[in-house]
Amino acid sequence: MSTLLRIADLGVRYGARDVLLGLSLEVQRGEIVALMGPSGVGKTTALRVIAALQPFHAGQIEVDGFALEPGPVPPQSRLTRLRRHVGLVFQAHALFDHLSAKDNVTLALRHVLGKTDAEADTLARELLGSLDVGRRADALPRQLSGGEAQRVAIARALALDPALLLLDEPTAALDPARRGALSATLKGLAGGGRGLLVATHDSEFAKGTADRVVALTA
Amino acid sequence: MPVSALIIALLLVFQGPTLRWGGDAEGGAPFVEADPADASRVRGFDVEVAETIARGLGRRAQFVQVQWASIDQSVERGDFAIGMSGVEDTQTRRARHSVTVPYFEFREVLAVRPEDAGRWRSLADLKGRRVATLGATMAYDLLLATKNLIPISYDDDVHPYSDLAAGRVDAVLLDHIIAERALKRGQGVRTFVIQPQAVATGYYVAVLAKADSALRDSVNTVLVAAMRDGTLEQIYRRWDVWDEAQGELFGRIDCVSGTQCAVSGTASLRTAHGAPLTPYLPSLARAALITILLSLLSMAMAVVVGLMLASGRVYGGRFTRALTTVYIEIVRGTPLLLQLFVIYYGLAGVVRLPAFLAAILALGLNYAAYEAEIYRGALEAVPSPQLEAARTLGFSEVQILRLVRGPQALRYALAPMTNDFVALLKDSSLVSVITVVELTKQTAIYATNVGSWIVPGLLCAVVYLAMSLPLARLARRFERRWSTT
Repeated sequence: MSTLLRIADLGVRYGARDVLLGLSLEVQRGEIVALMGPSGVGKTTALRVIAALQPFHAGQIEVDGFALEPGPVPPQSRLTRLRRHVGLVFQAHALFDHLSAKDNVTLALRHVLGKTDAEADTLARELLGSLDVGRRADALPRQLSGGEAQRVAIARALALDPALLLLDEPTAALDPARRGALSATLKGLAGGGRGLLVATHDSEFAKGTADRVVALTA
Repeated sequence: MPVSALIIALLLVFQGPTLRWGGDAEGGAPFVEADPADASRVRGFDVEVAETIARGLGRRAQFVQVQWASIDQSVERGDFAIGMSGVEDTQTRRARHSVTVPYFEFREVLAVRPEDAGRWRSLADLKGRRVATLGATMAYDLLLATKNLIPISYDDDVHPYSDLAAGRVDAVLLDHIIAERALKRGQGVRTFVIQPQAVATGYYVAVLAKADSALRDSVNTVLVAAMRDGTLEQIYRRWDVWDEAQGELFGRIDCVSGTQCAVSGTASLRTAHGAPLTPYLPSLARAALITILLSLLSMAMAVVVGLMLASGRVYGGRFTRALTTVYIEIVRGTPLLLQLFVIYYGLAGVVRLPAFLAAILALGLNYAAYEAEIYRGALEAVPSPQLEAARTLGFSEVQILRLVRGPQALRYALAPMTNDFVALLKDSSLVSVITVVELTKQTAIYATNVGSWIVPGLLCAVVYLAMSLPLARLARRFERRWSTT
């Protein structure tokens, strides 16, 4: 196994308040790591910092050889490599409301990777099918259930084939049966060689799904 | 306080009964103008004729300000008893109201720039040229009746001459009194000359409500007496408008009694163009087309400039945000009418914009400020997690705007945009102040000429509704379709 994500002594501050202090963790290829802790402890912040959506003031982050330095978030043009390596699934899914499930997936394939419409279409249908939402390809986000929307969001994050997938509270809107299915899906993704970092406060899900648990305390 | 109020009331009572007469002080000297010594009073030869009439009737004249084009409607409504200040004698007016004997003869004269004096002597010489005049006048009808000439209608009699000097129009056709006053205003600078040959002759009359024919007969008696005893001549000489034509006119008026007055040997009165509606249909259709074209082009401009302003407010740095905010607040905080005047007349020294272009610019730039706020709100209404999701997928900011934020913002903006377009369609009527004859202006001209607002008003409303109702329906459809997203 090789290290996909390495975080050392990460510190994030909002004004004078430390939101994260001294966080260190690693995620290997093929590994699922659960980032656990009560609400407000900084789990989501950690994911956002790794995805270069917000700045950090101390420590180091390295994603598959790409280093993020403390300070302001670099411009989007300098993050191309990071974007190819890291996918993020938001807690509220953040699907593009105006596009169908399939088009949520094809958008990046066409406009970021430069695939043709036909190629993007085939790939998107494969991805949605592998996540068991293939039959909902033409539905708009507002027509999807919570579980379906989440799987579409995972499919969209996987469109660029990232090595590291970050998931924020993936079980928040799922019933127990769906949690089991999600656990199986995530294990399948890890089995394919990806590394997964899952922020959750659901200890049962973490125990049943993750290879390791990193606990954050307030 | 009650004591002083009582004293004022008593003074008014002892001054005797009043004769309310309506005129337009905006028309200015020598007709009616605000007295420079006391702006609450008016002066002019029409003022003195009105006072002569009031005196003759044993009353005290009381002036009522009214827009010139509305004198007929106001007198019929009973706002005042007599309407004056350059009111022309027309058959339509005679048919619809009680009209006095003519008390002044005027000539329609052509004014051209000095260098054109040799080639443009009559209307026939002005084929394909732009000729300015006041809307809803005998002169305007003369221009409409002349083939291959472009009549330009103004709401006032000052700007036709300044626009002639500026080259925006090629000639001005107006009453000789107005033309001569404009020459004097030039203070020796000859920006135009008046062609000696009159295009037509007309008469000023006083107009009363149709039912007031008895009062009209009394007014006629007073007027004829004032012609005979030299009172009118003295007034006209005081205001420097006396000429031989007036003496001849007075000689031609033959009154057996106030009721039976006839003017012998005068030029025929202007007739309205045949049947009330049909002759106006082509010009109404053309005016409706201008309204549509103007609204479409202005809206297109408002959308483009509004998008730029909104982008500046949402994406710009501090300086750009401040600049766009200042623009939006200034434009939204000042009247569109003022902006029209500034762009058309105010900028004339720097850039001489054609009226239609100035109208598009003023409407477009004004509505851009409102559009900008709609677009800013719409852009900010797109949930930020979607924008972050797009960033994690590697889209550039431009791509995010084009593929994610823009399309959704457009959905939020479409309904208010459509409503704005309906509002713009109606606001486009304001551009008549800078000589663009659009639907409302054409309707006003038509209404003045036929002497009624009922048919023209209904027709105009139908055309506006035919344009705005489908748009309002469209806005509701947009709202219904995307309200649940």
